[in-house]
Amino acid sequence: MIPLSYYLVLSGILFACGVIGFLIKRNIITIFMSIELMLNGVNLSFVAFAAQWHALSGQVFVFFVMVVAAAEAAVGLAIIIAVYRTRETLNVDQVNLLKL
Amino acid sequence: MLHLVLFTIFGAICVAGAVNLLVQRHPINSALSLIAVMASLAVEYLLLGAEFVAAVQVIIYAGAIMVLFVFVIMLLNAGEEERTKGSRVATWFGIPAVLVGGVLVAWTLIQHSGTSDAALGALPGAPKTIGWLLFHDFLLPFEVTSLLILIAIMGAVVLAGRPESGAQQPRSEG
Repeated sequence: MIPLSYYLVLSGILFACGVIGFLIKRNIITIFMSIELMLNGVNLSFVAFAAQWHALSGQVFVFFVMVVAAAEAAVGLAIIIAVYRTRETLNVDQVNLLKL
Repeated sequence: MLHLVLFTIFGAICVAGAVNLLVQRHPINSALSLIAVMASLAVEYLLLGAEFVAAVQVIIYAGAIMVLFVFVIMLLNAGEEERTKGSRVATWFGIPAVLVGGVLVAWTLIQHSGTSDAALGALPGAPKTIGWLLFHDFLLPFEVTSLLILIAIMGAVVLAGRPESGAQQPRSEG
């Protein structure tokens, strides 16, 4: 039997990696993938707590998080394509003007 | 015992993939390591008895979303990113602070924890149970998410769609 804390530590590591990637990466697509990594870390803690308290609503919430992540990925990647079309770069350091 | 072995193996794959995502400089390598993270997370979900969530993790996350990512990376022909120089404060102050904080949190969590989880083979989160919950207790949120998906589809089409001829062309000199 695995203690709940092991799952929580793993989820914390994944979330921390996502935060670090969000902060240090320069490619806008990689930054977006770091956000997905953070969502995955949160999902793991949701499922771990659901198993701990025998409450299945935690797993339903993971389903909702996944739906929101899918919607977010679709819109976010569309925004990335729009940014690339106008700026012709994926480096966030060069996307620093609101107006073209 | 088998629980712990499986957890350790796939947890190690998870952490290695997450670290590899940070280290790699080409986005396609980062995307592939993220797929490895998601697939091994599905095994962790199965260990917790969440059968439905594990299947959805593989189908939606590792399948649909990551295919979208890889597709966009290929479409935009994303090259290697240049590395930025980290500040000296981050090296001398931030990294030790992160290590100390992480160890502290992990130690506290391990000190206070129960050990109840699903037995191997017991699947409390079977699709039937989750579906019953989803269509009885969570019916309204479920319908609202369908609306959200619809709005997201329309937003994606509007944002990524080709601008009509006559509208302003994307500036190439800017």
